[in-house]
Amino acid sequence: MILDNAVSIAQSRRGRFAEGSYSGRSHVLLERSLMAFRNSAWLAVLSGFFEPVLYLLSFGYGLGHLIGKIPLQNGHVVSYAMYIAPGLLATSAMNGAIYDSTWNVFWKLKFDRIYQSMLQTSLGSVDVALGEISWALLRGFAYAVGFMCVVVPAGLITNWWAIMAIPSAVLIAFGFASVGMAITSCFTTFQQMDMINIAMLPMFLFSGSFYPLTVYPGYLQGILKALPLWQAISLVRDFTLGMVSWGILWHVLYFTVMICFGVTLTAKRLTKLFLR
Amino acid sequence: MANQEILIEAKALVKRYGDFTAVNGIDFQVRKGESFGFLGPNGAGKSTTMRIIAATLTRTSGDISILGKDPEKFGPEIKAHLGVVPQTDNLDNALTVEENLYIYGRYFGLSKRFIKPKIEELLDFAQLVEKRDVKVEALSGGMKRRLTIARALVSEPEILMLDEPTTGLDPQARHILWDRLFRLKEQGVTLLITTHYMDEAEQLCDRLMVMDKGSIMAEDSPAGLIKNYSTKEVLEVRFGSDRNAVIAPQLKEMCDRIEVLPDRILMYADDGEALLHELGQKGLHPLTSLVRRSSLEDVFLRLTGRTLID
Repeated sequence: MILDNAVSIAQSRRGRFAEGSYSGRSHVLLERSLMAFRNSAWLAVLSGFFEPVLYLLSFGYGLGHLIGKIPLQNGHVVSYAMYIAPGLLATSAMNGAIYDSTWNVFWKLKFDRIYQSMLQTSLGSVDVALGEISWALLRGFAYAVGFMCVVVPAGLITNWWAIMAIPSAVLIAFGFASVGMAITSCFTTFQQMDMINIAMLPMFLFSGSFYPLTVYPGYLQGILKALPLWQAISLVRDFTLGMVSWGILWHVLYFTVMICFGVTLTAKRLTKLFLR
Repeated sequence: MANQEILIEAKALVKRYGDFTAVNGIDFQVRKGESFGFLGPNGAGKSTTMRIIAATLTRTSGDISILGKDPEKFGPEIKAHLGVVPQTDNLDNALTVEENLYIYGRYFGLSKRFIKPKIEELLDFAQLVEKRDVKVEALSGGMKRRLTIARALVSEPEILMLDEPTTGLDPQARHILWDRLFRLKEQGVTLLITTHYMDEAEQLCDRLMVMDKGSIMAEDSPAGLIKNYSTKEVLEVRFGSDRNAVIAPQLKEMCDRIEVLPDRILMYADDGEALLHELGQKGLHPLTSLVRRSSLEDVFLRLTGRTLID
């Protein structure tokens, strides 16, 4: 049924789940993101595709030449490029999601006041949170597919489980984007936003993209394994290197919790900011 | 107008932020087709009241209903009834003029088929047809305001709410905007306007609520307010900043009421010219003098003891 009257559309949601904060229209935010993307944002999005490819060329082939083969837990031996490719894929899914959900969201929140304009219509805060986060998720998907188009022909993928790296990247992007947007909605100054960058860089360097965590003492390994990037890298690596076990579900659970926490907190913050 | 249906009704409406009371128990009614203004200085509680009506702010106590609905229970529905033009433009800078209108309609869940012809109508109304493919960032202040108003009309709202619609615009842009708003009024759209500009209130509003420090000071038509709270004319005299205060007691005896402002003295009388003549006869010769009609500014001064724009 097509209703072309704003009031009847809003009335048709009466009595539905979370009627005050969810109108079932988060897809219109994707429509907006696509229009904005067409207008200018495509360059920034494209750079996110090249990032892991450049790392792979430099580290995988350059440094990999000196390093040689890497032994895996399951007894197999792989090239260094094969070893780091999943780490780079997970990292690029994270970076795209974080960039979108932190700086972009901060700008829309503070300067363009776009969320204010959305919430003065019959959209709800859950629509806005879900819609914005889904865009980051779409980006994660696009990066994963793009990266696969590079690593498969390069011979770095040798098993069919690797296809699961694509939904994994989407899950990872979803998790990071939810938490990223939640944190951003709590921040008010540029200085606070810089803290995100400060936290991201060491996580990227030490979470096992470039070498196994076994080089660290036990307690440090425990801390790093609790961080989301290690969870992300393990998830993707287990699939691309064919080390599939039920243990993968723990990573999935980890991201599911991140998503629930992030979406809930984001919707709460938007409500507090614009609909007190 | 008096027998028209009541669209908005507030009773003992209160909004507090901690110890600060922004709206202090106000009552008012707005009828269909009316152009209703909230007039008052910054911090009077106008925008707070507007936000409570628009279902983007919860009240502390009291009752309010918009078309018979409580905004705290039926937020999305209330928002679908309203068109909101906020104090600071919140257009989407990443999009073009046309895209801004389109996506805003989509936020309400309207179909593309409905929005497309609506865009043509609104671009024409906002005099932005040639700018349709231009990004919003490149528009002038007046154009942005017109686009914000056009955007608020996409959903065909029954009530259009404008918070300080012409603040920061140059005189020409203000007049274009007033003309557009007047057309809407003629089409029967109910307008709710906050302003601290007297001329704007006089131009656009059928009825005004004068607010100060969260309370209603008076409520009437612009002409009614002037009639009840001021004299027909005002004589403005300047004796120089050091002598104003010295001469003031003498002037006070000559007319109904005076107001001593830092730079001038306002004398309230029904015949300004006669009063000026009388001053001359008493040997009081001001440096400059001006006789004018009473305005809402005088009403405000009478009610609050302060000028509107401090």
